[in-house]
Amino acid sequence: MDNVLKIIMQRLALGLLTLLIVSVVIFVAVNMLPGDFAQAILGQGATEESVAAIRRDLGLDQPMITRYFDWLGGVVQGDFGASFASANAASFSGTTSGVKTVAQQIGPRFANTMFLAAVTAVIAVPLAVTLGILAALYRNSVFDRAANIFTLTSISSPEFFLAYVLILFLAVLNPIFPSLSNIYDGMAFSERLNKSMLPALVLTLVVTAHMMRMTRAAIINLLASPYIEMARLKGMSPMRVIVKHALPNALAPIINVVALNLAYLITGVVVVEVVFVYPGIGQLFVDSVKTRDIPVVQACCLIFAAAYILLNLTADIMSILSNPRLRHPK
Amino acid sequence: MNGISRRGLLKTGVAAGVLGLSGMPLRAQTRGGKFTAGLNGANTSDSWDGRTHADMFMIGAGMGAVFDCLTENGADGSLKGELAESWEASPDAKVWTFNLRQGVTFHNGKSFGADDVIESLQLHVAEGSKSGAQPIVSAITEMKKITEHQVQFTLASGNADFPYLMSDYHLLIYPAGQIEEAIAKGIGTGLYEVVAFDPGVRFVGKRYENHYKGDSAGFFDEIEYIAINDNTARMNALLTGQVDAINRIDFKGEALLNANPAVRVQEVTGNQHYTFPMHTNTAPFDDVNVRQALKYGINRQEMVDKILLGHGQVGNDSPIGPANQYYNADMEQLAYDPDKAKFHLQQAGLDSLSIDLSASNAAFEGAVDAAQLFQASASAGGININVVQEPADGYWSNVWLKKPFCACYWSGRATEDWMFSSAYESGAPWNDTKWENARFQELLIAARAELDSDTRRDQYGEMQQILSTEGGALVPMFANYVQAVNNRIASPDVVGNLWQMDNCRMAERWWGA
Repeated sequence: MDNVLKIIMQRLALGLLTLLIVSVVIFVAVNMLPGDFAQAILGQGATEESVAAIRRDLGLDQPMITRYFDWLGGVVQGDFGASFASANAASFSGTTSGVKTVAQQIGPRFANTMFLAAVTAVIAVPLAVTLGILAALYRNSVFDRAANIFTLTSISSPEFFLAYVLILFLAVLNPIFPSLSNIYDGMAFSERLNKSMLPALVLTLVVTAHMMRMTRAAIINLLASPYIEMARLKGMSPMRVIVKHALPNALAPIINVVALNLAYLITGVVVVEVVFVYPGIGQLFVDSVKTRDIPVVQACCLIFAAAYILLNLTADIMSILSNPRLRHPK
Repeated sequence: MNGISRRGLLKTGVAAGVLGLSGMPLRAQTRGGKFTAGLNGANTSDSWDGRTHADMFMIGAGMGAVFDCLTENGADGSLKGELAESWEASPDAKVWTFNLRQGVTFHNGKSFGADDVIESLQLHVAEGSKSGAQPIVSAITEMKKITEHQVQFTLASGNADFPYLMSDYHLLIYPAGQIEEAIAKGIGTGLYEVVAFDPGVRFVGKRYENHYKGDSAGFFDEIEYIAINDNTARMNALLTGQVDAINRIDFKGEALLNANPAVRVQEVTGNQHYTFPMHTNTAPFDDVNVRQALKYGINRQEMVDKILLGHGQVGNDSPIGPANQYYNADMEQLAYDPDKAKFHLQQAGLDSLSIDLSASNAAFEGAVDAAQLFQASASAGGININVVQEPADGYWSNVWLKKPFCACYWSGRATEDWMFSSAYESGAPWNDTKWENARFQELLIAARAELDSDTRRDQYGEMQQILSTEGGALVPMFANYVQAVNNRIASPDVVGNLWQMDNCRMAERWWGA
């Protein structure tokens, strides 16, 4: 077990380093975008003096390196700063009361995104694994081909297209689910679920193919092994052979793929959230990039990166735990 | 309403009640039900602070539902009292006395009086404040409480539009002494009190019982505004019945809405206009003949048809639109005429003219296309326009006001004086045509303090004519406000055209069908 712990620590340290690099890349990238917050927010009113005034208020007139380290210093202490938009809005009144911190802004949005990811995972993971097992069982049958074609088609289509197809069939022609996923605090769970269903289904369509095909491939890979042959010779039913004997050994790659796709559910929701007006982190991210609100963009990117790092780490640990040989190294 | 002169209206403002009677639509307005609107222009940094309001969502929730101003713009363009019942001006339009409505209470029970007005207006000139209404309020040199329900304002110089300016959506009235709390929670005197407000996501309000507007306005029991910044999502929401009304229709999707019998599209021409300003102090634009050549070289109707897809009205090189009081509709319409363009070039002593026109879609949607249409139509008149595509980012800082000839957008202003003093007054920072004209300037100053309506009409009419024949801005088109409502909701025959969505007052003026 010490071994596992050591791996975790190592990976966490590497993860922190990755986050640091990500933050530098994002900071530089956002600063290289033409225009800045002052120009974006002022629009037509962007005369030299007013741009300069906002830049001064927000510290945008400082050199980039100074700004980066100021920000980093805050983040290390758990302070992600105040969003430019909020600080600027508050400056209209000449006071700093009512300035929202980035954490306050992202918090509820992140919770919403996690909710959507959870709903999707609950639908997509069992669906994909079951489809994968069935496809392995009836490989090369009509069912196998149909499942493959369907999932590959859906993963190959852009998300906004899938979203509009689902809106057409499930909201416009057959009004089963609402096309507007405007969930809010204090909404009943069932209503929240109902409103989140269409975005969850779109995300399900996007992530199912990958998981299903990995499940299928991993199982088929094992079906040629001698111990499966043995199980068959004992006269077990094909279903039992797959679920009892093949699946446990195929878990490591499946878990890996599931974890990757879960990470996608957090980071890849941007388009889906915009189409369905789902108040999650993706929408906030799009709005913030539009206005060059660097503190919010940075924080969103860090969350996305951290989600990838943590879920990958989880995947590795789970695959170690699911493999006795790695669990008990000689 | 024809019986009331503008002078009488301005000087005494007693007209409020009369206007209410004559402006009443004939269909039955019933109380009850819920109204849901999908609106754009929402932001996570939104708050109930009127100084920050700039876009549809918060103007609709602030001025349109939760708060009131001293005066309001009627759907027909007339001025009505809101928290002020009537007003009077001194003959030089410098001292204004407002009689406030009695028996009005804020949503927290506090009763409304003169202190509330004074304290609320002072917010806009507070140290460090960047309020959009700062120029309006800073023109007031003294605010005096005469009685509990009477306030007197003294202005630095006469301004006949002062009551009109008090209807500005920034100038919301908060309860004195509790302003911080009122901004945090949204406590106003409006028709709807706040039930839930999630900045950038949604606003829910319920009808405030015992409101002073009684049964004449605010017909819904409950209203909900949902922030939908994406055009397609907004249209979907309306088509699937998730919302009853949406603002700002994408012209390309309008056919879909028209095909749906449950939805009707509302369209009004207001004051928003697209322009091509040229610096009248820079060669070759300092020659009035060159400007006139360009005026005849642009095909306005083609631009309305192709850039606005018909959703607009041709402009006449004046920034005053149909939603303004003294809109001069009698001016001769400038029309495309390459021969006249050639003639004016000759007058300027030129055979042909080559100029750069800077454009970007940041100026307005389709600005680059419009510039290219202009290029094509002007070439017939011997004018060679070189269209320079500028980057969208930083357009307003680097191109507008800097390049001698570019594309630009104006949302328009509620009053003539406000529009002219923003963009055409000598020395104004946003004077994007570097316009200096002695007669124009003289009229501008004179009309500002003129209380007689007919004289003002003449003055503003002449100013529009000057701009049309000599001015430095080409105003080829006024763009319509296009919005859509479903048949669960009824709306009056006349819908306000100063701002979108019935001047952002749909929750007040519309009712359940």
